[in-house]
Order: sequence, then structure tokens, then C-alpha cells
Amino acid sequence: MSNFTNETNSDWLQQYQQQLRPGFLDEMWSGESLCIKPAWQPLIQQLHSLTPRAFEKPRLEAKRLLQENGITYNVHSQTNQYLRSWQLDPLPLVLAEHDWQLLEKGIQQRAFLFDCILQDLYGERRLLKQNVIPPELVFAHPGFQRPCDQVRLAVSHQLMHFAIDLARGADGQFWVLADRAQNPSGAGYALECRMIMNRIIPEALRPITVHRLYHFFQSWRNGLQALVSQHLDDARIVVLTPGPDSDTYYEHAYLATYLGYPLVQGDDLTVRDGKVWLKSLAGLQRVDIILRRTDDLACDPLELQQDSQQGVPGLLQAVRNQTVAINNPLGTSILENPGLLAFLPAITKNLLGESLHLPSIATWWCGQKTALNYVLAHLEQLVIKPIFGNEPYYYPAMMTINEQQQLKRKIKQMPYFYIGQQQPQLATTPTLIDDKLQPRYYQLRTFLVAEGGAYVALPGGLTRIANNNEGWFQWQTNGGISKDTWILSHEVDRPIRLQPLTPGVMTALSYEGILPSRAAESLFWVGRYIERAEGSSRLLRTIMDRINNQDECASEADQRCLYVLLTGLTLMTNTQPGFTGEDVNQQYKQPTPELLSLVRDSERIGSLAQVLAAFLHAAFSVRDLWSSDTWRTIDDIDDILGQLYCPPTDLGDLQNCLDELITTIMAFTGLTAESMPHESGWYLFDLGRRIERSLLQISLTQSCFNQTLDDTVDHLLQEALLVNNESLITHRRRYRALQQMENTLALLILDETNPRALAYQIYRIQRLIDHLPRHQQREYSAEQRIILATTTRLRLATANTLAQRGEDGLPHLLLKLLDECNSNLLELANTLHHTYFSHTEQAQQLTSMSAEVSLPNEVNV
Amino acid sequence: MNTFRITHTTHYVYTNPVSRCHNEARMSPMNLPLQTCAFSKVHVSPSPRSSFQRIDYFGNHVFSFDIHQQHQELTISVISEVATTPTSKLPSPPPTNSVPWDQFYQHLEHVNKHKQLMMYEFILPSPLIPQSRCVKEYALSSFPPDRPLLDAVNDLISRIYHDFKYEPGFSTLSTPLEDVIEHRKGVCQDFAHLAIGCLRSMGLPAMYISGYLETDSPPGKPKLTGVDASHAWLNVFIPEFGWQGFDPTNNQIANERYIVIAQGRDYADVTPLKGVIYGGGHHHLKVQVDVARTHTHTFN
Repeated sequence: MSNFTNETNSDWLQQYQQQLRPGFLDEMWSGESLCIKPAWQPLIQQLHSLTPRAFEKPRLEAKRLLQENGITYNVHSQTNQYLRSWQLDPLPLVLAEHDWQLLEKGIQQRAFLFDCILQDLYGERRLLKQNVIPPELVFAHPGFQRPCDQVRLAVSHQLMHFAIDLARGADGQFWVLADRAQNPSGAGYALECRMIMNRIIPEALRPITVHRLYHFFQSWRNGLQALVSQHLDDARIVVLTPGPDSDTYYEHAYLATYLGYPLVQGDDLTVRDGKVWLKSLAGLQRVDIILRRTDDLACDPLELQQDSQQGVPGLLQAVRNQTVAINNPLGTSILENPGLLAFLPAITKNLLGESLHLPSIATWWCGQKTALNYVLAHLEQLVIKPIFGNEPYYYPAMMTINEQQQLKRKIKQMPYFYIGQQQPQLATTPTLIDDKLQPRYYQLRTFLVAEGGAYVALPGGLTRIANNNEGWFQWQTNGGISKDTWILSHEVDRPIRLQPLTPGVMTALSYEGILPSRAAESLFWVGRYIERAEGSSRLLRTIMDRINNQDECASEADQRCLYVLLTGLTLMTNTQPGFTGEDVNQQYKQPTPELLSLVRDSERIGSLAQVLAAFLHAAFSVRDLWSSDTWRTIDDIDDILGQLYCPPTDLGDLQNCLDELITTIMAFTGLTAESMPHESGWYLFDLGRRIERSLLQISLTQSCFNQTLDDTVDHLLQEALLVNNESLITHRRRYRALQQMENTLALLILDETNPRALAYQIYRIQRLIDHLPRHQQREYSAEQRIILATTTRLRLATANTLAQRGEDGLPHLLLKLLDECNSNLLELANTLHHTYFSHTEQAQQLTSMSAEVSLPNEVNV
Repeated sequence: MNTFRITHTTHYVYTNPVSRCHNEARMSPMNLPLQTCAFSKVHVSPSPRSSFQRIDYFGNHVFSFDIHQQHQELTISVISEVATTPTSKLPSPPPTNSVPWDQFYQHLEHVNKHKQLMMYEFILPSPLIPQSRCVKEYALSSFPPDRPLLDAVNDLISRIYHDFKYEPGFSTLSTPLEDVIEHRKGVCQDFAHLAIGCLRSMGLPAMYISGYLETDSPPGKPKLTGVDASHAWLNVFIPEFGWQGFDPTNNQIANERYIVIAQGRDYADVTPLKGVIYGGGHHHLKVQVDVARTHTHTFN
């Protein structure tokens, strides 16, 4: 090789070579020629001046980006645990172009083959009738869904997308480890890895030309569009996800955003007249194509798995009617049966008349006597896997004799349910672990989509690194270390962006405004929760400030004022008894434990921690609607929530924490206003905020004025109210004079220009409601009528009359006004619910439970 | 030729309104070599917004419908006219020298590929009849080596008939066969499931049948309307004669008084009425079945 070889005497490369075991194959280092393989030379040439340490910065940067983009986010973080840690190794897997071309041919053949198998198993079943595969392999596999029999998409290919897990053996040949067919995940992650790599790789590496990934996603879109293009230019395509609790929800949202389709859950869709409809804010909208990320069985609770809450009842009948195309088609999980691997050469011969380009890892299906005997005799050399379900893999080599016996019994009881698989010697690839370059086993997931009668492969893939390098390696299904996959290219791919292909497709843009009702509801609640969090934080901060400053001049009046605020806090957050219970005097004297509980006790409804967790959950469930900048602030809020779970016991430090939270919340709401299109979704988000802010404002004002207090306390309270509402400075500038109730009310209740005033919220709500889609245009909607009454009521009030106190010292007119506003707003929220949100009722199963009574003695035989 | 007019009415009353429902009914009798369904009409109230008919994987008639108007009662009535032929495939009395059960697979050459393939569907465990050691243990004594298959099956259903008490209300769909065996009681579907499980544990194909059985009135009294019920039994494949019905609940071979609605691996494949409803609270269910003989024709 080049003289470059002689120069690779940098320490790290030498260290790397020393770790390679003789006889093992490494992707980068050729043990035979003792040199770096040509494909890696451009990369190493650039690297050899760098050290692995130089990759530390990109590695951390990748970690930050992954975290910020939410790829590592897990909705289960309500328990404050990141269940997954996804790391990106900045060193890619590099494959030479000719290597890839061979591989590409192999995976294309395999996709084509599996499409044929799928069509056969749900069609003629020639493979079974001609004894190419044994019937148990299909009939006993729960993935064979009999209701899907003879159901077809109206195009030639049924399998629209497909993924294959590969590993290179010690002989240099790629082997297939597994096939993913029902809703193969990972293409979105591969894209995300590439996007991050583009940001973090050192300048020096940029000249290396690598195949781009765009074309694949364009093909995917074309393939989907083609499912209906015969009669529809503006096919409505949605991405169906099981929801935020799914492990791969991030990817669903990412793909939906990238491909430009709405992300929906089962509840968002409904079947009517044998067609599928999306429940949107503007009414029912027809859906033509569903790109599903939901498992087969969960898709239709009527015909498939009955207890599924993620599906759409009647969906399969709509598919049968060919009024909707779902892909991959339902029933595809039969293709994930690893027992098929044992028969693939024969199947290929039978269906395609050719031989299999890409071998599968050696597999024995125990349903056949000879294979069963082989597996039982060679147990320790094999991995035992069930053909379906969540049962774990068995590694007999790591079992005791007793456990092995048990396993053997298990296999013999249901032989057709198990396979034995060889563990091949795999190739390694250099990976950065703890600052050092280490050879690690890897697995490559490749992706294909059907477009125009052929399968297009993603030139790249998701490379995952084995957890350890010893003996029986196991792969984490999610997370762990991933790598970008570089297929070297002789020429630069023409960069294209995802664009509508034909002018006809342009009309699909009109679809963008369509917001699923569930997403609308989530946005409304995101608004309410974020405002609730802000309101609680502010009042907590005001109260802590008072407590901290009290020691110096703790007058009776100061104390009284604090007590009123504490009670106000309990009422505002709805966390009774708190500072309203029987032991209230005790609580007043030592408020810190209760205050800390209100901050961190996530089990307690109304605590800051609970409200923030609810906010995050709602925000995550519409992950596809946030800009990346906005998402970063959501992620920051998540970080602060992490700190709140174990808050500093020093109230001063806690105050700083609240300061940071309030600033971040403001950043979030500000970014939302600036980056979200001001259409239905944003209107509902803002409506949620305004309604919540009004309700909090009313509650606190009521707490301050619904009792007779002496003038000094009254004065202190008004000041606290103004501080809490960020209005003290305005008040001083405007009124200079001593605080008077009249002025305070003018500023906090009636001022339409003060963003903290009640009147401001109400007018804003009125304008937002006017923007919402309405069915009946001729008269005011119920929401409009309620808000009109409220606005008018406020406009007719004057600060002077509101401030007047009756003989009992209470401002009755003010309290009456607040009361009315409060009930109007609650009614408004209720009406909005009924009008716009999907009324998600609990679905229940109706099954005539028993074929019954035929009493034996009534029968005359 | 016997002709029956069957009226099968299912009536649900809900405590809360149901806003919509999606249902699937398998309530129209099949057409079979010894059974002809002249017509079968399904009437649903309130009337469905849309409905579809199809034949499922096992050859059963499926009527699916959805209702989108709020309702608190749902009625599905099916009226069918079915003719059955008394000439059974099985000679009477049944021959005792049939193929031994343990040589079953050596006598299938004449069965066509498709039928042979479908037979596998009925040998493997199914959702409601999983593999069970307990079931196999119960089966064993009916299957000594070389015993003729017909003999073995007759012995099995007769044992079930004598060992088990017919007791409605004890079991539900989710009651495992182990419990039925332990308590020795159940209803027709439990007995059918048990017999099927036994046969499958011996490697023999057995199929679940849902249908009706014509019953007689008490002596001297007119037959009351609506006292009949749906029934369940099983089909066993006898190499010389094909699929043949056996009724462990009544300890007899199915004859012209048995009317087949649907067949499958177990109850889950033939559930007469399935549905997903939104709302509804609790429900009260009333089922009325009437099997009326409209015509008897005897051959001389």
C-alpha cells in the first residue's frame, strides 16, 4: 500500500492493532496486508494528525445534540429516569462503494423475496401446498393473521418498507441476522445520526464524499404517493403512532416532520362508511394512506387484538374495501418469524428461481425432527430464540446444566416455537470507548422502500455497537452506541431537498393546516400547564422572598400578609388542606416543609413538579409540532424539573432555581409565539395559557380581598400582588402616590394594555376564539357568547366602584365580578372541550360471551 | 330433507348512551355438503350507517356494521332458512373397524392438498385451546394403540359426557381447560374445547363448530318459542368419511338436527357477535333463539 502505511506509527493506531485478535476480521485494519484498508485511508489520512482525544469534543457535542433533540428523551422520565442512553460515536463505519454495491444487490433481492413470501402466505399459499415450508411454521406463528387473508394493496408490491440487520462474518461475507417487516424502525435515527454528524465532524473530514440519504426519503414519499396516485393528486397521508409511551416515539415524530405528514394516534382516526377519517379541529377529514408505526395486532381492536387501545376499530374492513392503504400491510409480522431463515434458500429457489445472494445466519427450526435433534445436541454452541413474542433469548453456553435441562424440556414441549441460531465470528470496527480506539463488534441495519416496482436501499444505515466484546454478545434493542454509516462515493450526489414532485402534489399543502383534535387538545393543555407552572413559581418566589426578608423586621402586619399569601397559594394550586387546614396556625409558623412539598412532590396533584411533568407529557405527545429551538427550551425545563426533585433546602437557592425556571418558561412561550404559525394549533395553545392565567389571577385576587384586614396589611398585600404580577414598577411610575386599592385594581384587573391584567387576558381570549373554525357562521358560537358577556361585564366596570367596600369592609362588587368571570371561564373551557376536542371515550369490547344452554335432558336422542 | 326456520335475536341494553359501535357478526349458517342455507337476513336496530359482508378465512359468513348515532339499545335479529339432509356420511350404526387413530396420517392420500393443509390449522394449539399436559392426561385412556379412530372419539365424548356436569354459570370464555377438568363442570363450549384439546394432544385434527340444535318440547306440551339456544360441538376428520360432527354435551354424533353456523379453531374464530363500543357503561344482554321445523321429508 501507499507509503502512508509506513507513517501510521501514531501511538493510537498501534495500540489499536495490538487489541485485534489474530484471525479476526477488522473493518479498518487488514491483518493480511498489515495496512489500513483503502476505504478507510481518506478518513485515517485526515485523522492521523488528530488523536482520539480530538474526538472528545465532537463526542460530547453529539451527546448534547441527541439530548437536546429529544432522541434520548423518554416519557417515563416522570420517574426521573432516563431509561435509554443513546450515544453517537463520531467515528463512522466506512464501507467501500464496491462492497456496498454487492450488499445492495443482496438486500434488494431479499426485500423482493420477502414481498413475494408475504403475497404468497396471504394469497395462494403455494409455499405451504408444495411443502416448501412446513405449515406449523406459518399456522403456529401468531403473526399469521387470518383476518388479513387475501387482503391486498392496489399496487404490485405489498411490502412497502423493510429493514435487514446484518453483520459481517470473519470471512468478509455479510450475513443476515434478522428481518424487520411490520414497522421497521431506525431509518429516522440513521437520518438523525447523519444530521448530527454533519454538524460535529472536524473540518478536515468534510472533503470525503459519502452517499447522501435524501434520495431514499424522497423515494419513500413517492412510493407512498403512488399507492393512490391513480385517482388522487392530493392524497392525505398520516403517520400512525402508538403514542408517546412507545419506545420509538421520537422517531415517529421525527419522520412525520421530515416527510411532512401529520402524526396521529389511533384515537385521532375513525372509520365511517367503510372509509378512514381524521378527527380534526375543522371536522372529519378523509385519510387515504396510513404509514403505520403501530404493531399489526394493535391496529384494529375489532378484528385483530381485542384489547388494543392504540388501534382503529373497523380499519381492516376499510383496507379490504381499498378505501385506505396501510403500510406495511397488516399481518406483515409473519415475515419476522426467524424460523423462515432455515428455509430461505429453498423458498428463493421456488419463488424467484434463483439463489439467495445474501446468506442468513445458520438457523435450525426445531419443528423438524433432524433440526430439533441437532439443536438439542449442540445446545451450547447456539442461541435459542422463540419465533414470536417477548420471551427472552437463551444463551445455553452461559447456563448451568440444570437450566439447560429445563430449556431442553421447554423446547421439546413446543418444538415449532423455537429456533437455534449459530453465533458466527463477526468482524469488528474501530470505536471510541473511553478516549481509546477499540475494535468492537457491530451490527448494521439497512433500509429499503418500494418505489415504482423496485426496491430502493438507503445508502447507509444504522450501525450499532455490541455492548461488550466477549463471547456471547447481546444487542440492546434501543440505545447503546450508534454510528453513522458512510458509503464512499466517487462523485458527489446531487443534493436535493424533499420537494413536492409534481404540481399536483402542491395541493397537499392545504393539508398542513389540519390539526388532529387530540393534538389541539394537547396544545391547549400545554398552554394551561405551562401557565400554571409559571403562576405557582411566581407566587412561591414572592412568598419565599417574604420569608427570607422577614427576620429583620417581622412586624405583625408582615406576618398577616404572609399568612394571606400562603392561604392564597393553597387555594390557587388546589392543594388543600395545606395552609387552609385545621392545623393552619402550625403551618403558618413553619411553612417551609409544605412549601418544599409543593415544589417537589410529584405525587401531589397541583405541586410544581406534578404540573411540570404533566406539561412535559403533553408537550411530548405533540413532539412533531415544536421547532428545534422550542424543543431545546422544553428540554431545559425537563432539566430544571430534575433539579426540583431534590431541591436545595436553602430557600435562597431554591429561589434561584425558580428564577431560572421562570426565565426558561418565558423563553418557551416567547419562542412558541415567534416560531409557531399563528393558526389553529397556536390559538388553542394561547387560549389555554390565557384561560389559566385568568383563573390564577382571579383566585389570588379573591384570596387577598375576601377578608377585612387593617390598612397596613392591606397595603402590604397589594404590594405583594403587584410584585407577583410584575406590575409594581408600572404602578409606581403611573400612580406615584401611595398605593390605593383603586389604582391596584385598575392596573391588575381592568387595564387592557397590561399583559398581566385580567382584562388583557379576556380580550385576548375573545380575539383567539374569533379565529377558531366554526360550523355555524350565521350566529355567534357558544364560546363567543360566553366571552362576549365577560368582556362586556369587565368593560362596564370601573376601578372606583370595584374598590368600594361595604359596611362589613368587603369589596362586594369586586368579589361578585371575579366570581362571575371565574364561572364564565370555566364554562368556556368546558364548551371548548365539547366543540373542538376529540371526545375520547373509553372503548369497550362487546362479545357475546357464551354459546349457551342446550340442556342435555331436553334432547330426545 | 329437513327445513328449519331459525330466528336468533340478540338484544343489548346499556346503562349509558353508546355514541358509536363497530360490530362483526357470524350468525348466518354456512353452506355445506349436507346443509343448504336458502337465505339468511340480518336486521340491525338502530340501522347501521354502513355494513359489509364477506366470507372469512374459515369459510364463515361475516356481517360487519357500524352505528354512529347515539343509542342505548342494540338489537340484531337474524332470520335464516336452512335445509339439512338426514343421509349422514357416516353409516348407522357407525363402523367399528375404521382406521386406527395412530395410523391416521397414513390414510390421507386421497385428501386433496388444500384440505390437507387446512387440517394443520386444526392440529395446532389455538388461542383458547393452548397446549396442556392436563388435557393430554385426560385424553390418554381413550387412545390405546391401534384403537379405531371412530371408537376412540366415541369413547372420548362419552367419557366427557359422563365425567362432567352440565352447569351454566361456572365458566366464562377465559376459564382455562385445567379448571374445567379440575371441577368437572362447564357448558357446551367447554366440552367442545376439551374434546378438541384432547384430540389435538394426540396429534389429531379437530374443529370447533358453533350452531343450533333442534330441541323437542316437553311431552304433551306445545313447543315454546325462543327457548332454543345456540350450541357448540366439534368436527373430527375421519379419513374414510371426512369431517364428522360429535357432540360431547349430548354424547352423540351430529345428525340432521344439528345446524352449523360457523367453524374455526376454537370459539374465538366463530364468536357470533363481536364489537367495540364507545360509552355504554354496563350492559344487559338478552338472547332469544327459535329453531322451528317447517318441513320434513322422509326418504323411503
